[in-house]
Order: sequence, then C-alpha cells, then structure tokens
Amino acid sequence: MSAHPILSVRDLRVGFATEGGLLQAVDGVSFDVRPGEVVAIVGESGSGKSVTAQTMIGLTRSKNSRIEGSVKLEGEELVDADDATMRRLRGEKIGMVFQDPMTSFNPVYRLGAQIVEAIRAHQGDVGKGEARQRVVELFESVGIPNAERRIDSYPHEFSGGMRQRAMIAMALALEPEVLIADEPTTALDVTIQAQILRLLEELNRQRGLATILITHDLGVVAEVADRVLVMYAGRVVEEGTLDEIFYDPQHPYTWGLMGSLTRLDRPRPHRLPQIAGSPPSLLDLPRGCPFRPRCPHEFSKCSEHPPLEARLAEAPGHRDRCWLTPERKREKRQVEGQIGLEAPPEVSRG
Amino acid sequence: MLRFIIRRLAGMVIVLFVVSVLVFLIFNVIPNSPPAQRLAGKNATPTLVKSIEEEWGFDESLPKQYVTMMKKVFNGDLIQYSPRVPVRERIEEGIPATLSLSIGAGIIWLFFGLLLGYMAAVRAGGWLDRALTGVAVAGISIPVFLLAPVLIYFLTYKLEIFPNGGYVGLTEEPWEWLQHMILAWFTLAVLSIGFYSRVLRSNMLDVMNEDYVRTARAKGLSERKVMTRHVLRNSLIPIITLFGLDFGATIAGTAIITEVLFNIEGVGSYAAESINKLELPPIMGITLYGAFFVVLINALVDIAYAYLDPRVRLGGTAR
Repeated sequence: MSAHPILSVRDLRVGFATEGGLLQAVDGVSFDVRPGEVVAIVGESGSGKSVTAQTMIGLTRSKNSRIEGSVKLEGEELVDADDATMRRLRGEKIGMVFQDPMTSFNPVYRLGAQIVEAIRAHQGDVGKGEARQRVVELFESVGIPNAERRIDSYPHEFSGGMRQRAMIAMALALEPEVLIADEPTTALDVTIQAQILRLLEELNRQRGLATILITHDLGVVAEVADRVLVMYAGRVVEEGTLDEIFYDPQHPYTWGLMGSLTRLDRPRPHRLPQIAGSPPSLLDLPRGCPFRPRCPHEFSKCSEHPPLEARLAEAPGHRDRCWLTPERKREKRQVEGQIGLEAPPEVSRG
Repeated sequence: MLRFIIRRLAGMVIVLFVVSVLVFLIFNVIPNSPPAQRLAGKNATPTLVKSIEEEWGFDESLPKQYVTMMKKVFNGDLIQYSPRVPVRERIEEGIPATLSLSIGAGIIWLFFGLLLGYMAAVRAGGWLDRALTGVAVAGISIPVFLLAPVLIYFLTYKLEIFPNGGYVGLTEEPWEWLQHMILAWFTLAVLSIGFYSRVLRSNMLDVMNEDYVRTARAKGLSERKVMTRHVLRNSLIPIITLFGLDFGATIAGTAIITEVLFNIEGVGSYAAESINKLELPPIMGITLYGAFFVVLINALVDIAYAYLDPRVRLGGTAR
C-alpha cells in the first residue's frame, strides 16, 4: 500500500438550507484514502455518510447546499472546482456504485447502451463498436455470463445481483482510480451480498482501486474494510483500522452497533439488541456530545463537545469522540461477556 | 413486439364492436318512441317513416336490427333523409378539413407544450418558470369561443393578415391552405399547450429525483444530456398516453366548436349541423367515425408506448 493518499478529505462540512433552518448534514469530516485501500464509512440513516460520498463528486451541489472544507483528488481541489471539471472527473477518476440497482439504471435503455453512453461522454473518439466491445469485456470482468448477449438486455431483464454487477461494470468503465460504493449490498439478499463484496474486494486488489464503502452493516465492513469511520449525526465519532474498531472500540455508539450485530456463533438472543432512542434531529442537536441522550454512560463532562482525538498511546491512528477514559471504556463496554451497549435505565418506561 | 401489436389491434376490434352495440342501443332501442320516426327527421311524411321502418327492419328481433344497421354503416347505405344524402359521403367530404385542423393543431400543441414545459422544468423556480406558468394558466383558462372571435377580429378584420375562415384543400393550393388553417390551429392548440407544458414540467420534476438521473450525473454526462436523454425521455411516456386520448378526441369532436367558428366545413361542422336539425343518421355515423379514430389512435399510442418503454412489451418479446 503506497503511503500517498489519492483522495483526501479535510474538515468537510455540508449544510442544506431548509425551512427549519440550516441542516448541517456533514460537520467536519476528514479522512484519506490510499490506492488499494478500502475505507468503510459506517452509520445509521441520516448520519451523513451518503451526503459525504455524494459531495465528493459534486452531486450535492445546489442552490440550497453549503459546502465547505476541502476534497483533494491527487492534489486537485474539488470543492470549488467548476462544473466542467467535476463532470470530467465523474466516471473518469471517480466511479460510483449506488445502493439500489433496481432504480439506478434508466429502465428504458439497454444496459450496454447506458455504459457506452458513459464511455463516450468522456472519450468522444471511441467508436460505437469499440465501446461495445469494451462493455462486453467489462461484463466479463464482473462475472456476468453470456456478456455478448446480455449487454443488449434491459435493466428489468436482470436479477438484482446481476444488475449490481452491471452497475459496478459501469462504475469501472473508464478505469477510475477511486470507487465510491454507496450501500452497494443493501438492496440484495445475503448470498448475493457476499458475491458482490467478494467482487469489490477482488477489483480493489487487482486494480489498486481506492475504495470508499458506505454502509450501515458492520458485517459488510468486517468482510472487506481496511479502515473504518463511524459517523453519527454528521460527525466522525470514531476511526481506526478494522481490528482497532472491532476488537477495541472506544465510542459507546460503536459498542451499540457491535452489540446489535446478530452472530451465528453465539446463542440466539431473546430479542435483537438495539440502540435505544433514535438519532437526533440535525436541526436541533443536543448541546455537547450528540450521542448523549441515547448513551447510558453519560456523565457531567458530556455537556461539552468532545474532540476527535487519539486517546490510546499504543494506537495513534485510532481516534474517537468520547470523554470516558480508555480504562473506563474497557470496563463499560462489556455487556454479558461481549462488546455492547447496555440499555439506558429510562427505556423501561414503555 | 409483433405479438404485442397483433394483440393490441385485436383489442381494438373488440372495443369497436362494443361501441357499435352501445350506439345501436342508445339510438334505436332505449328511446321510448318509434325509432323510424326519429330517424326520419322533424318534418317527415308518414310514407317516409313507413319505408324507413321496413328498410331498418324495426319489426325484427334486436340482433337482426343490429346486423341491418351495421350493414348500412359498412355499405355506405346510412342516409340522412332531408335532404337524402349518404352520411358516408358527407363524412368523407369533411375528413380532409378535420384532419388538417386536428393534425396541425396536434403538432403545434405537442411542440409548444413540450418546449415550454421543458424550459419551465429546467429552470424550475426561476422567473422563466413563473412566467411560463402564467402563460400556461392563461392558455388553459381562455375558452375557444372567446379566443377565436378575438383572433379573427384583430388579425383578420383589423390587420388583415389572415383570410376570414373557410377551408382550401391542401392539394389544391398549399399556401392558401396554410393561411386558412393557422388561426384555427392555434385556437385549438392553445388550451393543450398550456396543459401539456404543465404536465411535462411536473413529470420532469418527478423524474429528476429518480436514482437513474443521479447515476447519469455520476457517469459524468453533461447537464444537457442528463436532461434530454434521461429526464425528458422518461417524462414523455405519460405525455404520449395523454396525447393519444386528446388527439383522438380532437378528431372525434373537440374540433366541432373551432370548425364552426372558423367556418371550416369538416366533420365537426357536419355534426353541429345535424344536431341542430335533429338528424339522427348523421349523428349515428359521426359517433361511430369518432369512436373509430379514438380507438385507432389509442392503439397506435400503445404501440408507440411499447417502443418508448420496453417494460410494456409483455410476453418476453423484447430482444
């Protein structure tokens, strides 16, 4: 893995003007992605992970959005790049795979034609026949059988898994250096999920793709990620390597996510564990730590907003936003012999 | 695709059959007075009524009466009795004028409706969108019987730009034909221009939120390509359905007022004249003629629809 990040995001802030005021969907997110690395961004719906991803390729630009901070691709600033530059980068440098392959293809065009369209938008001198041939090769490389025939199918003639493969083929059509996969497996059933993840991992290794994987599923993260960012209410609350996050999680929200994983190698719980409460409204964040209202370990210090800091001497890259000391954390995160978040006392009211 | 077309055309025949049965029931069976008396017209002699009764077989069973009526329709023996003129002859005389009017108006309203709707959608929320909304609402609100006299008064009498109504055959004098049609076209098209631009605008705004439009942007397509190839293309599907219904209805009867106002001797004028004189055979004939066009155009639209939206081609024939 080369040391130089190809993509670096610094203090990215994305807000949307709404009737209720400015909604700060992403608040000061920073991270780097290196070639051949898979960075996973994890969080609940509304945590800002998809907005982060879409902002990187300029899809959140609008009259109502306020974007600050910096996104650099190979040293080139993207946040204030003009539309023509962004258009060139999309597809050519950064490929994107979306969540729902059912709705992410235009239903009225053949799949091959939609990919040819992407190729010719960037390389106008590529003839139709040559572009078609490239699509056939792409389909083969993502494991679609009978590629020659299948490129003339319409999206509704493909199964969900095949459609997601076609989506990945499209994202790779121009051999981008960065691949953003926004919940690529959420709409698929579990066996297909595994196939798609394996494919993404393979491509990542073969092509040295820098991959950003957006997901709410820690199971998916465990399969493929090198580094993990946990987001909550528009902020990164914890980041570290896969092992650091899974074996030594520092933030109570991460504990909650881990605790709500169902595992086949453990006895089946009576009820599926969950994190009590719901994420705060981004228009009305609590003072201090935004996770405070849902956190059973909250104490006086939590009314102050914790910075994202490395709190463990042995792991300088492992940073989190929680005031508890590492010793207290180790003790508190043990729930029934495994990592989890105990239910806060007031939950028993209902 | 071929199977789809055949199935659709078979459906068309069934619908026409049902319509003809309904026409038969409404004209000859349901009214509570001797049908021959009504067919003969207002000032008919008893001998005429008697001969009509025999000719149409009104003493026979209903299915037989229906067969007799349909034979008359197909053989061109449907006759208006005062003066005695075959209905088919009059309809055929009127068709060139009515089709000139409807097709011209249809092209104009589709073109301007889509153009204005597209411009409004692309600039949704801006001043152009607001201005176009105003224009559209005005177009929808102005009734034809007001718009036509106003246009005729200013552009024909005052400025003498256009001739005063009438119809000149396209094959006889194309230039005259055009000049005679323009005002009538616009009069007939104005309402639909407003309506179609509103419908297209809202369709496009819906489609803009679709995931595949985001995908198109993520591929790096230009904004113009995203708008035309993805947003507009997919927004046209419901518009085509609407156009089929409206265009069929225009040929079949909406053009009546416009034809009368501009003194265009088409099928619509004939219908108006027959209704005024309470002559049943022409009304019967025109109803069937109208039904035929509505059903035909809807069948054509469904076929176009299957071309526009591959998901419609059922039966696994998409290849």
